[in-house]
Formats: sequence, C-alpha cells, structure tokens
Amino acid sequence: MNKALKNHKVASHLLLIAFSLLMLYPVIWWVGASLKTTAEMSSPSIWPSTPIWENYTKGWQFSPEFTFGRFFGNTLLMEFWNVLGGVLTSAIVAYGFARLNFKFRGALFSILLLTMMLPGQVTIVPQYILYNKLQLMDSYIPLVLPHFFGGGAFFIFLLVQFIRGIPRELDEAAKIDGASVYGIFYRIVLPLIKPALVTVAIFTFIWSWDDFFAQMLYLNSVGKFTVGLALRMYVDQFEIQWGRLLAMSLLSVMPSVILFFFAQKQFVEGIATTGLKG
Amino acid sequence: MKAEAMNKPATATKLRLTKKLKGTNDNNLAGYIFISPWLIGFLLLTAWPIIQSFYLSFTEYSLLEAPTWTGTDNYANIFTNDNDFKTSLKVTFIFVLFSVPLKLFFSLMVAMMLNKNVKGMNLYRTAIYFPSLIGGSIAVAALWRNMFNLNGYFNHVLSWFGIQGVGWITNPHTSLGTLILLNTWQFGSTMVIFLAGLKQIPGELYESASVDGASKLRKFFHITLPMLSPVMFFNLVLGIIGSFQMFTSAFIVTQGGPINSTYMYALFLYEKAFKHYQMGYASALAWILLVIVALMTAINFLVSRYWVFYETDGGKQK
Repeated sequence: MNKALKNHKVASHLLLIAFSLLMLYPVIWWVGASLKTTAEMSSPSIWPSTPIWENYTKGWQFSPEFTFGRFFGNTLLMEFWNVLGGVLTSAIVAYGFARLNFKFRGALFSILLLTMMLPGQVTIVPQYILYNKLQLMDSYIPLVLPHFFGGGAFFIFLLVQFIRGIPRELDEAAKIDGASVYGIFYRIVLPLIKPALVTVAIFTFIWSWDDFFAQMLYLNSVGKFTVGLALRMYVDQFEIQWGRLLAMSLLSVMPSVILFFFAQKQFVEGIATTGLKG
Repeated sequence: MKAEAMNKPATATKLRLTKKLKGTNDNNLAGYIFISPWLIGFLLLTAWPIIQSFYLSFTEYSLLEAPTWTGTDNYANIFTNDNDFKTSLKVTFIFVLFSVPLKLFFSLMVAMMLNKNVKGMNLYRTAIYFPSLIGGSIAVAALWRNMFNLNGYFNHVLSWFGIQGVGWITNPHTSLGTLILLNTWQFGSTMVIFLAGLKQIPGELYESASVDGASKLRKFFHITLPMLSPVMFFNLVLGIIGSFQMFTSAFIVTQGGPINSTYMYALFLYEKAFKHYQMGYASALAWILLVIVALMTAINFLVSRYWVFYETDGGKQK
C-alpha cells in the first residue's frame, strides 16, 4: 500500500515536471534567444554560441533620451495608484453590497453583474471622447481613474462572495458593543478579507501591466510611455532588432512573475474561499 | 421613499418594525455611501457612455465637428456594403468556436493535475501559470512572431520529425490557428478558477464513491463534472464574451493579416474608431457586437438549465 502510494507520488511529480517543461519551453527558448544575434535567432540550439549581453545593455538604452528605467518607473507609478484604488474602493463597495440593506440593492447588484458582460467596445468610444473633451489625453488619469470606482465589477463580486462567508454574528457582536457600520467595516470585515484583497491586488497589477489597449489609446508622448508601449515601438521598427526586443520583453514580464511567485498561495486560496460559484 | 411613507405611515412603520426584528441594517444612507465609488463610476463611465454610444451609432462623427444625424445609414452600410464586417465576423466566430472549448478543456485538465498535495506545488503552479502572467503583453507577441516564423523554432522542431513547416503566421490558412494556440497557452485565469472550484468539492463524496467501488473515470463524470458545472458555466460565459473581444494578439502578432485571415471584429472596430476616426460607424459596430454577445449569453443561460447543477437545488439535477 505504502509503496503504491509512493509510486503514485513519483508519477505525479514526473507528470508535473514534464508538463511544466512543455509550458515553459517557449520561455526557455526566449531566455536563450534574448542573448542571440538576429542571424542566430533561427539556429537549432537553444543557447547562443556567444551570449550577446549587449542586447540587454543596448536594449535598455531605448533612445538617446530615454532608458527602460524611465518606462519601468512610469508603469510602476501607474500600478501603485491602480492597485491602491482597486483594493481600497472594491473593499468599500463590496461591504456595502454584502452587508447593508438599502433601496434597490438587488437591482443595483444585478446591474453590477451585468456590466461584467458588457463588451468594452461599447463604452470605449464615448469614454475616449469624454477624456478628449476634458483634455486628459496623454495623461495617466484615464488609466488610473477607473480603478478608483470600485476596481471593476469582477473584484467587487469576488469580495461580496468572500464577505458573505464571514459569520454575521461577528457584526452583531460589534454592534452590541456600540460599533457603527463604518466601525464594523474597518475593524471587523476589513482585517478578515485581507487574503481576498491580496488576490484583487495581484490581478489588478497583472491586468494593468498588460492592458496595452488603454495605454496605447491614451498615452502619446514617449516620456510618458509604459513598458508595453515602449516595446511596441521596437516591434514597429522597420528592421526589428529581435535580440534587444526579446531581452527587454523578458525584463518586462519579471515584475508580474516575481509577484506571482511570492503571493501565489494566497492568490489561489483567496479565490477558493470566496465560494465563487458562477 | 418620503412621499410613500407619508401616504402609508402604518405600513411603513410596520415594515421598519419587521426589519428591526429581523436584525438587519436598514441603512439607506450608509449603503449608498459605501457603494458610491462604484455607482459614480458606473454612471459616468458606463451608463452615460452606453446612451451616448447608442446615439452616436445613428450619426456621422469624426471628433472634429459635431455629430450629424444619419438615421440608420451606418447599420444599413454595415449589413449591405461592408465586406470587412463580414470577414471580421467570420474570423471572430471561428476563433470563438475553437479557442473557447480548447481553453476550457485544457485548463480543466491542468487544474486537476495541480489539485494534488505534492511537494513543490508552488513551483509547478508558477511554472504552469507563467504563460498567463505575460498575458496579452507585447512581450508574448514578440515571442510568438519569432517562434512561428518560417525560420522559427517551431519549424525547427517539426523538422526533427521530417515535417516541412510553413511560415505559420504569414500563411493565411494557419495564421488564425497560431492565435488560437496562443490564446490556449494562456489558460491561467480560467485554470485558477477551476482549481478553486475543485478544492471546494467535499472529499467525502470521493471517499464514499471509492467505498462503492467507483472507477476514476466514473468519479470524474459523476462527481467532478456535476460539482464543477457552475464554475464551468462561469468560465464558459466569460470565455465566450472575452473571445469575442479578442484584440491585442491580433493587433500585435498579425495586424489582422495576412489577407485579413486574422482580422478580428475588435480590431476592425478599433481601426474604424481610432485610425479613421469614424466614431459613429464604430459605435454602430459596437452595438452589433453587444447584441451578438447578449444573444450568446442568453442562449448560454437558457441551455445551462439542462447541465448546470447547483447544490441549493437540494441535490436534484435540473
């Protein structure tokens, strides 16, 4: 019995390792290719004959004026506000929907869920016109502002489910002790939903990092570019310098990867405990 | 609310009393204060734009001059004269048809593989989740374009098996396939939601099935799938909606080409709006997309009665 169990475990490990390698194969190739010359790019060997570290140093120097340091700085600053806004306001809104009774709550919550299914294409044109009229083009405001409006329906929904799982007796007890709804939110609910808030923070970070469409729409001047936009300029060049492009691309995904690795346990459990049932 | 209370003081008091007895917070003001961030955002960035978009879809508008009313001209042109509309719709439907089931199947398999207690699971999860982390970024587009070139790595691997590859991205017959593959490779969020669902299935169900001598396959079809059906439904609905709006990969990897073989609907709409500044026409396209997505979702909800199983039904499968 014990031996069978052990064999089973070994088999699981082998399967997982094989599959991880399959998934990571393009990425491993990527690391090697980021150190290759353009001519060597299609060569069969994964690793370059002589690593061209210049791909990283020259690639980092995007133009005489700007380095990738600037673009990483821009993106991280935007991310700071996005994550802050998303975490803060989604918690507040979710508490309202999960615990307070107010007129039209049911109807408003249904509307909230419906907006999850609304194609962004319907609102993007009027939003663009609005920001254009308010002269907010080429600023981070169109990118950051939406995160301060509850951080997105998906996150609110996730947190509402999570808060519903917290026993109401805790609220009642605090109420008897004289706590107001604001007190209950701040002292009881907020500390308990921390794991779910970590999930919100990570999702917000990763999705905003990749939200190339909005960045492209609203940012024009190179000095304000995010990492994604700077990479796109590499792609659009007449003669693509693949080595540099792949090197900088690899750097560009590092923040999300590092974040995910360190927070992934909480990340999956944050979703698991919300009782997400569709 | 106020007028109502004055007209029917008795019922209002009664209502308040029963609510108090139940111990719920009847606090309109606090409720609205808490949801106000969302409500303001909804009115400003969703509700108002929806109304405006609907109005604009009946106009000609280039941002420079005020919109001019053209009635149903935009819609008439789209349905009768616009070949790009037909092409992009066809491409998008093919994309949805293949990528959604592939991704669902793949992510469920992976989630089941990851739903085990073995050492080093953190590492495996990160490795397998990695492609999804880099998501729709430019980075992955650059990678994909290089891998599937005529001289790319993919063809090199094929040559080991004596297969002569083509330029997968530059060949109109295979270009859409590479995008479907790319989309499937990034199954992460779907998989995480499946994984969360799997963790919620009570272990006792499997144990009692084992006692009854059920095989693994039987357990999968009679426990895992029914218990997971709400999560499956959630992923299916959002997957279809998301796939209809696929933009970034088509925009960066293929730019819609070659010969429009990857000209996705969202890309077509983007070009109308932000390249040609035909805001009215683009709004009409957006509304057509909205109707398609709404229809798909409605069909999904209707069909779900026959296969989605909720525990709250008291165990009976509808």
